[in-house]
Amino acid sequence: MSGRRMETVLTTHFADEGFRRLEGYLGKAGYEGLRKAVAMPREAIVDEVKKANLRGRGGAGFPAGVKWGFLPKDLSRPRVLVVNADEGEPGTFKDRLILSRGPHLLVEGIAITCFALQIHEAWIYIRGEYAREARILEEALSEARAAGFLGKDLLGSGFDLEVVLHRGAGAYICGEETSTINSLEGKRGWPRLKPPFPAAVGAFGRPTLVNNVETLANVPWILRNGGERFAALGCEKNGGTRLVGVSGPVVRPGIYELPANANLRSVVYDVAGGLRDGKALKAVIPGGSSTPVLRADEIDVTLDIESMAAKGTMAGTCGVIVIPEGTCMVRALSVLMNFYAHESCGQCSPCREGTGWLARIVGRIEAGEGKPGDVELILDVCDNMSGRTICALADAAAMPAQSFIGKFRGEFDRHIAEGKCRP
Amino acid sequence: MSFSLTEAARAELDRLFAGYPNRAAAILPALHVVQREKGYVPDEAIPFLAELAGTSPADVEGIATFYTMYNRGPVGRYHLQVCRNLSCSLMGAEHIIAHVSGKLGIRPGETTPDGMFTLSMAECLGSCGTAPVMMVNDEYHENLTPESIDALIERLRAGE
Repeated sequence: MSGRRMETVLTTHFADEGFRRLEGYLGKAGYEGLRKAVAMPREAIVDEVKKANLRGRGGAGFPAGVKWGFLPKDLSRPRVLVVNADEGEPGTFKDRLILSRGPHLLVEGIAITCFALQIHEAWIYIRGEYAREARILEEALSEARAAGFLGKDLLGSGFDLEVVLHRGAGAYICGEETSTINSLEGKRGWPRLKPPFPAAVGAFGRPTLVNNVETLANVPWILRNGGERFAALGCEKNGGTRLVGVSGPVVRPGIYELPANANLRSVVYDVAGGLRDGKALKAVIPGGSSTPVLRADEIDVTLDIESMAAKGTMAGTCGVIVIPEGTCMVRALSVLMNFYAHESCGQCSPCREGTGWLARIVGRIEAGEGKPGDVELILDVCDNMSGRTICALADAAAMPAQSFIGKFRGEFDRHIAEGKCRP
Repeated sequence: MSFSLTEAARAELDRLFAGYPNRAAAILPALHVVQREKGYVPDEAIPFLAELAGTSPADVEGIATFYTMYNRGPVGRYHLQVCRNLSCSLMGAEHIIAHVSGKLGIRPGETTPDGMFTLSMAECLGSCGTAPVMMVNDEYHENLTPESIDALIERLRAGE
């Protein structure tokens, strides 16, 4: 990266152990965004978030301010905020960092959002495996309640807000917002048909807004510093920064807060230090496991949503998985297909059957038992999955299958012809 | 069918079932409580919770089998769950699984005869930057190496 030190929104104080506690957070302008918000007209808060060009950080990248606007104007039915802390997309580990190092960023973001939208009830759905993070967050919630940032008449504004932490129990699909809602209601995590959209009929039948942890954690900074300044940290249509997670055998794996238009090559080589043991790069999955893979020669691209789309892939969650030369792409795809087959909720036949067949066919090619025509069969199965199901899990499984074959077809053909691996 | 819990756990369940907008919504946290108390979710817990939730045993069974964190049979005192997803795989998860398997003399899905350890494979645990990773009960162990695994298992065996 350039020598100029970039301004950060989220991670600025993450190295400071005390920042996760209220006292440390207050020492770093904590809850000033909320103080400012409760003195503002509610529309003005929403306007700041719109001006910020804050886009959902859960993977889909929908503009947050617009999503907020989908809640009905009619206040007669109580509305609900569901915080999606069910991080599960392979390659993605950013929300865990926020939850463990800066839980009050999330709590303050929740409070501002709920105040702005007149939501008196928020549920945080955290994946069951994040037991430590749940404890840290529960502590932050208690601290915030005791200090008057949550609960009855918060900060003397006359506004009441209850926040409840709810633990999941191991299911990737529960990160899909209508599945999150079903799971929160104590059901199997089956996605719902839309319409009705959650904004009309969501959790417990109420109008519901679902936002990701990172999305909400940006809100306090936006209130403190203004939407325009936030927008200026990013690029056109992509305000602010992104938490970019780099995994795989790089010199410095981890989470890095970078401008939304950081260059992917620079992320791999400069930020993460390139590959270990002087290995060459083979491929990069740029935005979590479901986003189409890029070859090593395709990574001169910026991470913003539009640039990634122009390259035929997605910014997704910015979970960058670095794949070194020497990796068998059939094996790598087999790992991913096993995952999607395991995580399909079973509700829609194209996904339940399709993910199972993808796992079995890729698995047999990997095991040296592939048959001529198997590659075509995989692509055919993918065609029968994409766009034919209630939620996007089928597409999420088909995209890596199609892109791995599209970019590394030779390896699949050789595997079938020779019955063994020659990456 | 008889199923009982400690008084404290019973009180916790009552709080949970009263705290949600509808009672059925408390089933997931209630199953967590049962598993914490018993180490797994026994069959007898299903009608017990269904009655508390005001729903059918089939509903509760459906939920208990949908989510992977609920053990439907006894597991060892320490449940080792090694992530096998892509980031961990690129960092040698297969070797880690083989190492744990060899060290404990059990395959994934099995429990040691002394009831100390169960080995499972898990999908992405959200610890991709510190791969390979495994969970031991509720706790993450990251950046695993054969040496760190040996040391950990010795500590657990010694009851530390």
